[in-house]
Amino acid sequence: MKATPSYRAFQVFNALVMTLVVLLTLYPFVYLVAQSFSSEAAVYAGKVSFFPVEFTTQTYELVLGKPDFYRYYGNTIMYAVLGTLISVTATAVLAYPLSKEKLRLNKFFIPFVLFTMYFSGGLIPNYVLVAQGLHLRDTIWALIIPGAISAFNVILVKTFFSSLPNEVEEAATVDGLGVYGIFTRITLPLSKPILATMVLFSMVAIWNDWFSASLFLQSKEKWPVALYLRQIIDSAVNSTEFGATDASYAQIAATIKSSAMLLTSLPVICIYPFVQRYFVQGMMIGAVKG
Amino acid sequence: MAAEEQALQAPRSYRNSLWKHVRKEWKLYSFIVIPVVYFLVFKYLPMLGNIIAFRKYRGGPNLFGTEWVGLHYFRMFMKDPTFWRAFYNNLFLSITYLIVRFPLTLIFALLLNEIRKLRLKKFVQTVSYLPHFMSMVIVAGMVKEMLSLTGPINSLLGNLGMEKIPFITVPEWFPAIYIGSGIWQGLGWGTILYLAAMTGINTDLYEAARVDGANRFRLAWHVTIPGILPTIMTLLILDIGGIMGSNFEKILLLYNPLTYETADVISTYVYRMGIGGASGGSNGAAGGNFSFATAVGLFEGIIGLILVTTANFISKKTTKSSLW
Repeated sequence: MKATPSYRAFQVFNALVMTLVVLLTLYPFVYLVAQSFSSEAAVYAGKVSFFPVEFTTQTYELVLGKPDFYRYYGNTIMYAVLGTLISVTATAVLAYPLSKEKLRLNKFFIPFVLFTMYFSGGLIPNYVLVAQGLHLRDTIWALIIPGAISAFNVILVKTFFSSLPNEVEEAATVDGLGVYGIFTRITLPLSKPILATMVLFSMVAIWNDWFSASLFLQSKEKWPVALYLRQIIDSAVNSTEFGATDASYAQIAATIKSSAMLLTSLPVICIYPFVQRYFVQGMMIGAVKG
Repeated sequence: MAAEEQALQAPRSYRNSLWKHVRKEWKLYSFIVIPVVYFLVFKYLPMLGNIIAFRKYRGGPNLFGTEWVGLHYFRMFMKDPTFWRAFYNNLFLSITYLIVRFPLTLIFALLLNEIRKLRLKKFVQTVSYLPHFMSMVIVAGMVKEMLSLTGPINSLLGNLGMEKIPFITVPEWFPAIYIGSGIWQGLGWGTILYLAAMTGINTDLYEAARVDGANRFRLAWHVTIPGILPTIMTLLILDIGGIMGSNFEKILLLYNPLTYETADVISTYVYRMGIGGASGGSNGAAGGNFSFATAVGLFEGIIGLILVTTANFISKKTTKSSLW
C-alpha cells in the first residue's frame, strides 16, 4: 500500500494520540512517585509536578518502619494465595464437564451458570447470607469464598477446554487413563495459558479487594493491605501514627498517602509487564467464541 | 388407551435414557457437584434472600424475615426523595459515561489497529491496560491527589491565573470526575475484545477492498467495523444492561456528604441504608434497614435484567448478534 500524503498525515496524528494516551495514563503514577519522595512542605506549596522536590526518603522510612504495614501485607499475600488456589481449582473443575458436548445435562447447567452473570442477589442478601446465615464474619472465608467462582471466568476456561483437540483425550483413554486421570494429567497441563490467566485474574482481584474486608472483618489485625490503605487515604488512621507531631493534624500527609499507595500497588506494577500477555491471551481465547 | 400409554411412555423412555446417560458419565458429572452446591448457596440463595424485600427482617438468624409486609418497603422508597435523587444520578452518570466511553473505546481500538510497528502497538497496549489492574482504593486515592488543592491540576489552574477549585467537594464536578477517572482506568482494557475480534477478520476482505481502490479510512469503515459488529453489539447490550449499575466501589470511595447531591447512586444508597456506618466507613448513615435496602436493590436488579433482555432482543432482531 503506497503511503499517500493523507495517510502520512494520519500516521502522524495517530502517533500523537498514542503518545498523549501513554503520557496521560502514566502521569498519575509519575506524580505519586514525585510526591512520595518530596518534602511535605514542597507538596503543600504545590511545587511538585514531575520530579521530587527537596528529595527525601523519610515517608518510606515511616511507612516501612511500621510493623502493622508488614502484617497487613502478609495478610494480603496469604488471602491471595489461598483464595487463588480455591478459585482456580473450582473454576477449572466446573468448566471441564461444561466443555463436554456429550453431556446432555449441560443444556441445563450452562444457563444455570450464565444466569448469574445477568442477575445477582444484590449487596444486602449477600451480606446477610455471609454474615448472619453462614457466620463467616471476621473470617478469611468471607473474603475468599463468596467470589471464588465467577460465571465469566468459567466461560473463559470452558471455551479453552473446548478448543483442545479431542484426539488427545481419546488417545489417553486408549492408554487406559480414566476421566480423573485425563483431567489432571492431560487437560490441565495442556491448559497452562488459560490457568495462568485465571491465577492472575484471581490474584489481582484479591490483592485489590478492600470492600468485602470492610464489610466482614472487624478485627483490624486481619485486614488486607488495601483496606489499611483506604483508611490512610481517608485519614481514618490516627495521624500521629504517621509522624504528625501532634494529634491536631487531622490529615495524614499527602506524601505518606502517595508512598503507601505505591508500596501497595508495587507488586502489581512490577509483575504486570511480564505477565500482561497472559491477561490478554485469556481474554482473546474467550472472545473467539464468547 | 393406546394413545394414553404412548403419551406416558415417551417421557418415561426419555427419563430412562437420561438416567442411563448420567450413569454412564457419572464421573464427569461428579465434577459439577461441589461447584453447583456453591452456585446454589452463594449465587441462588441470595436471590431467594430478596424475599426480605417483602418481609420484615431486622437482622438475626431468621434469614427470610419474620412477617409478610407486601409492598410496604417499595412504597416507602418510592416516597423517598433521596431514592429518586439516587435514581436520577444513577441514570445520568451511567448514560453520560456510556455515551463518552463507548465511541472513545471504539476509536481507540481502531487507532491501535492502525499502528504498523508491532512493538510500538504492544507498548501502548501494555501501558493503557495497566490502570485496569489497580485497586479502586489506589484509583480513588490518585484522583484525590491529582485534584487536591495542592495537586497538579490546581497548580496548572493557578499558573494560568485561574482560581483553584476544591474539585472533590463540589457537586457539579462529580460527573466529570467519575467519567474522567473511568476513561483513565478503562479505555485501554475496553479495547481488548475489539482487538481480538479484529484479528479474526479474514485478510482476504482487506485485499479485495484494496483492489477495489479503498483507502485506509474506507477499509476501516467497510471491513473492520462490519467485522467487529457482533462484538460492538455484545458490548453495547451488556453496557445497556448495566445502566442501573455503577462503579459502586469508586463512588463509595470518592463521594462525601457534600457531593451526595450528584454522586449518590442506587448502590451507594442501598449501602448506606442497609449497612451504613456499621463497617467503620466514613460515609456513616443509619444502616440496618435490611428489608428496605433489599427492596431498593431488587428494584435495581430487575430493571437491569429487563434492560439487558430488551437490548438483547432488539439486537437479535436488527443485527442478528445477541448474548443468548
